[in-house]
Parts: sequence; C-alpha cells; structure tokens
Amino acid sequence: MIKINNAKLADASLVDIEISNGVITNINKASGIKSADGIDATGKMLLPGLVDLHTHLREPGREDAETVLTGSQAAVSGGYTAISSMANTNPVADTAGVVEQIFRLGKTAGLCDVNPIGAVTKGLNGEQLAELGAMADSIAKVRIFSDDGKCVSDPLIMRRALEYVKTFNGIIAQHAQEPRLTINAQMNEGSVSARIGLPGWPAIAEEAIIARDILLAEHVQSRLHICHLTTAGGVELVRWAKQRGIQVTAEVTPHHLLLTDELVENYDPIYKVNPPLRTQKDVMALREGLAEGVIDIVATDHAPHPAEDKDCEWQAAAFGMVGLETSLSVVIKTMVESKLMSWSDLVDRMSVKPAQIAGYENQGQTISKLSPANLILIDPAASWQVERDKLKSKSKNTPFDRMTLPGVISDVIYNGKLVLSSGKLVNGSNE
Amino acid sequence: MISGHLLSAADLTKDEALNLLSTAKELAAITDGPNKKLPTLRGKTVVNLFFEDSTRTRISFETAAKRLSADVINFVAKGSSVSKGEGLKDTAQTLQAMGADAVVIRHGSSGAAKRLADTQWIQAAVINAGDGTHEHPTQALLDAFTIKQHLRKDEEDLTGVKVLIVGDILHSRVARSNVLLLTKLGAEVTLVAPPTLLPVGVSDWPVKVSYDLDSEIEKCDVVMMLRIQLERMADSFFPTEREYSRRYGLNSTRLSKLSKNAIVMHPGPMNRGLEISAESADDLKSVIIDQVKNGVAVRMAVLYELLGGAQLGDSK
Repeated sequence: MIKINNAKLADASLVDIEISNGVITNINKASGIKSADGIDATGKMLLPGLVDLHTHLREPGREDAETVLTGSQAAVSGGYTAISSMANTNPVADTAGVVEQIFRLGKTAGLCDVNPIGAVTKGLNGEQLAELGAMADSIAKVRIFSDDGKCVSDPLIMRRALEYVKTFNGIIAQHAQEPRLTINAQMNEGSVSARIGLPGWPAIAEEAIIARDILLAEHVQSRLHICHLTTAGGVELVRWAKQRGIQVTAEVTPHHLLLTDELVENYDPIYKVNPPLRTQKDVMALREGLAEGVIDIVATDHAPHPAEDKDCEWQAAAFGMVGLETSLSVVIKTMVESKLMSWSDLVDRMSVKPAQIAGYENQGQTISKLSPANLILIDPAASWQVERDKLKSKSKNTPFDRMTLPGVISDVIYNGKLVLSSGKLVNGSNE
Repeated sequence: MISGHLLSAADLTKDEALNLLSTAKELAAITDGPNKKLPTLRGKTVVNLFFEDSTRTRISFETAAKRLSADVINFVAKGSSVSKGEGLKDTAQTLQAMGADAVVIRHGSSGAAKRLADTQWIQAAVINAGDGTHEHPTQALLDAFTIKQHLRKDEEDLTGVKVLIVGDILHSRVARSNVLLLTKLGAEVTLVAPPTLLPVGVSDWPVKVSYDLDSEIEKCDVVMMLRIQLERMADSFFPTEREYSRRYGLNSTRLSKLSKNAIVMHPGPMNRGLEISAESADDLKSVIIDQVKNGVAVRMAVLYELLGGAQLGDSK
C-alpha cells in the first residue's frame, strides 16, 4: 500500500490518499497528520498521470536513438503514465505483428502504458491502406492510426481511411503537410527564411490539408485528429470545424508553444523540427487556442535523434526534438504561469482529453475512490534547470538545454506502483 | 569581422566595410606593379574548402592568398554537400589537425559557414565563399568596390547610387549579400524579378521591389544581372527560358535605355543570350571583367584583415 498525505489536487483541495491493488482505495480530506510510512506531499500537487498521444520511440529499427525502455523511462521522468508510439519505425508499425511487438516491449518495460499507433498506409507509402482492422483486433488494440512524419496527402486514401476506421471507433491522426508545397522545406517560410536563405515551409501547406481533412471528416462523419498544429490559421480552421460540429480534435506540442523561428537564425539544427517553429503571432494563437479548448491536447512529438544527426550543418540534420521530460514544465511556463489556464485545464489538456480521444480507459481519470492509480506528484513552486546530458531519453536533442523551467516532478505512480520516487526511477519497477 | 570570421555582409559595420575597400584599393595598386607578391601572410595556411564546384571563386581566393604569400590548400569535396553531416564536421576537424589558419568555404547548405564558425570543430578564421541560398559576402565587397571605382571614386561611400539587381533573388546568395552591404554603404537598391523568384518576406528588406524591368532600367546607375539556373524552369518558377529572357534579360534595347554613365554587372558565370545578351556583356558599360579583377584585391584585403599579417605599410 502507498499512502500520500496532504496533497493538493488541481482544484486546490488537500487530501490524504491510500493506494493498493492498482487503485485508489481511500481518499479523504487531509487530516494534517503525517503517517510515518506515507509520502509527505505538503506543498505538492497530485495530478492524474499525463497521457501523450504522439511519441517516437524508434524501436524497432533505430535502437541507437531510443528504445521502448528508454522512452518509457523518459516518459515517467516527465510525468507520463501513458504514451503512444508513432508508426514510423523500421519496419513500419503497419501490421499486427509489429504493433504487438511494441506493445509487449512496453509491458516488459513496465513503467507506463505504451500504446502503439498504427500506420494508415503500408510502409507509410501513402498509396495503400495498411491492415487497420488487424491492428485494431490485435492485443495492442490500436485505435489511433497515423502516417506521422508523412502526410496522407492523397485525398482519396484519406477519405477511405477516415471511413474505414469507423468500424472500430478508430481515429486518423493527420500530419498535415502538403508535400508539393514543402519540397526540401527547412523552416517556416517568412521573414527569417527570406533573410537566412533556407527553403521555406509555408503555413498554408499545413492549413490546406487541415481544411481539406475537416471537410472530409464532415462528409464521411468520422473522427479526425490533427497532429502538431502550428499555425494561427490552423487554429481558426479547427475552431470553425468545431462550431460546425465536425468531429475534429487537435494537438499542440510544447515547443510550438514556446519557441519561434527567430531561433533558426544561427542555423543550429537543435531547432530543426517538422512542422517548423513558427512566428510569435502563431505561438500566441496556439496558446489561446489551447486555453480556449479549440486545441484539445498537448502532445510531445518526442522525436529522439542520435548526436550525429544534429551535430552537422542545418540541411543535413534530422527534424525533431525530444520532449517527454520537459513537456509538463513548458506547459506550466507558457500556460499556467501566464494565467491562460488553470491547473484543472492543464490536467484536462495533458491527461483527461488525450485519454478520452484515444480511449485509454485506465488513464486520465478523476482522482477519486476506486479510480486507477496512475498519478503524479509535482512541486509547482520549484524550478529546475534542463541539462541535456541528464535526460533519461537515449537522445539528447532538447531545445531547452540550460533553460530554467517551473514544476518539479517528484513521484510517479503507475498501476499502483511507485515508478519514480523522489525524482529517481525506481529500480526493479520494470518487473 | 569582430568575430574573426566573415560569414555575412551583415557582420561588417559600415566603417569596417569601407576600410576593407580602401585596403583592397591599396593592395590592388601594389599588385598592379611588376612584382605582384607581398610577403604579408608568409607561413599562414589558407584552405579553400569547396563542397560545390566554383572554379572562378576558388581561383580568385587562391590568387589572393598566394599574392600574400600564404600557403594554399585546395580541398574540393564534390557532390557531398547535403548528403551526410559528418562530411563537414570531419573535414573541418581534419583541417584543424593540419593547422589551417583560414578556411574559405563554399557549401550548398545555407548556414554551413556559420556552423563552422560557431562549433568547436575548427579554430581557424572562416570566410564564407557562398553558402547555399544565403550569402556570398566577398562577392558583395567586390561589387561595392567596382561600383565605387566607377561611380563614386572620390566620395566616401555609395550614397545615392541607384542599383538594380535583376533575376533569381529567391535563390541568390549574391543578392542577399549585396542588399545588406550596398544599402549599408548608402546605395538605393531595387530588386527586379518575377514574383516567383522573390522570397516571401522580402517586404522586410531595405529595398524597393519591382516586377517590371523596363520601368526601372532608365532610372538606375547600376544594373546587376543574376545568373538564372535552367532547372528553375522545370520547377515552374517561369514558363520558358525565352519568356524569361524577353521579360527580364538585358538585351540591346534595354541596354540603350541605360543612362550615360550607368554600368552593367554580372557575378558570373553568365548565360549569354539568356539573362544577358552578348552585346550587353561586351559593351563599354559592362564592368564584368573589372569585377573579376577586383575580386582578387578584395579577397586579399579580407585575408589580410582576418589573418592579421604585418602592417600594410611594412610590407611595401
């Protein structure tokens, strides 16, 4: 049994809780008495474990960048109790066999739920549907399908995919990038790209696909999820779609909530990411969209890359940033400290909503008696300095290195077990 | 230049740029004499690191370095421009180990020179000899030198000179460096191109933009024609080379409209008959050969300033 005393919930109430057999067995108003065998949570907040719908784990294929185990360790360190591995591994997660392999690796790691996302098309080729039904029926019970990294650009294939997944209440997560408008694109197209001479990735290339796909989703009455929304125009399109009752959800990454394309000025590939960092105007629109709920969730797009893929000139470098371990802190900084969102809003955008979208039943639950014990304890008043070499992720490509960020995660409870205790991964938690 | 490198025309203050131009002028005078060589950089090693073919820029730097008595190593790494990053890093570390004092780099990736300067890969002074579609600062210096030589010989800077830069601005490192440098020196720059070949965001530049060459040609003192790459046609930046040539080429009709003292420039290599007609290239108004000549003097000045040779007076 685990006892936690004097913890503050998102609604600011103080509670004592007891956990056993994977669930919360007791929750009471804090007595103020510290039990000798309990965790003293005075000054800390108890929140449901975070849920990520966009994680690149690189296994199978690029275990030098990240494995399911190291990715799980990074996830737990960042307060996540569920992550969703993107399909662009090698081989691609486009069959029941591959998604079951990843699912089992997640179970073996045992630190958090690892839910595979299946590819929409075979080999991410954009031409022929993968066996979506087989992945849905597998032990991994895949419900989210995405060719992320690539856009399902063929409108007919996108339409068919949206229709087909209705059978098992699936959802298509679209990487919105019109390929012809982004040939060799390296960064946001605008003032900075004009000056520094890198081929531009225009906002319109994202918005054109979002507009098309929300209309398709409306037409076939299916569920669409927009991955990593980055533009002010995209926020407006999703707002419009929601007003029309179209079943569209959208995510934003922490890095797009904080960083802008001005950072590309020095050509340091640590800032190279797809979709690219946009302008301050976009950043502000994304923050407002997230606060308003037009953007439903925060997703990390955790994209590990080995050192050599960033220690080079810009155009040779890989796209992507790691994000699992900094996500919560960046959201606190950009959304809570700025008073755009409450702590309850944060819990909604980082835990409740993502679990609902994906159908992760044991995640994102209200903290109450008999609810699953997937919980995190954080010190909201403390801050920490990001040090790339101390990240648990196998790859160190964080754009937040040496930045001081608010919110320190001390403990993580997954399925009723402590997997992070006083900021340290618990040995043997991967039983 | 304060940083010890020349990566962008933006790195130069107006005074530094003018100082480089006057150093270049002195050096040009010396090398016009019977003995072209100065002992200034004896014992220094200059590496020409060219990831892209560019015979004229490379031999210009080579000539400049040799006239200052530096040892010159030409490192031509063809075809590996954007294949894999280790190329640049490993090459830089190799050159570092061999004791290069300056690296003149031409690379297909925008920002490659800046990366070389910012990373710990190499300690040498870095001179950007063209990085992707970003900049080519020594080209801008030699262009400024040439303009001054012909139009502002006795003035301090280029105040009031009206410069047209015509052609593929979007992909042109020459245009970016020239806009930065020439406007800093007081020139008024107008870019002329079809909208497809202008960057989104050009409105932030300190220039005027026009789509119509004919409406601008009579008003300018300098017309600088940029090389057009034929592969742009395949990517639909313009319909055909003939249409491009008709609308944006410098032909004899347009040449005749130029004011009396106007000069014609081109960074080379030229596509004769496409962006510039043979009669324009060979006309008395053309200073294209002067540009090549001045390129050596300007690059000598840059090497001289960066490698901190003996005082110029001492080497005479």
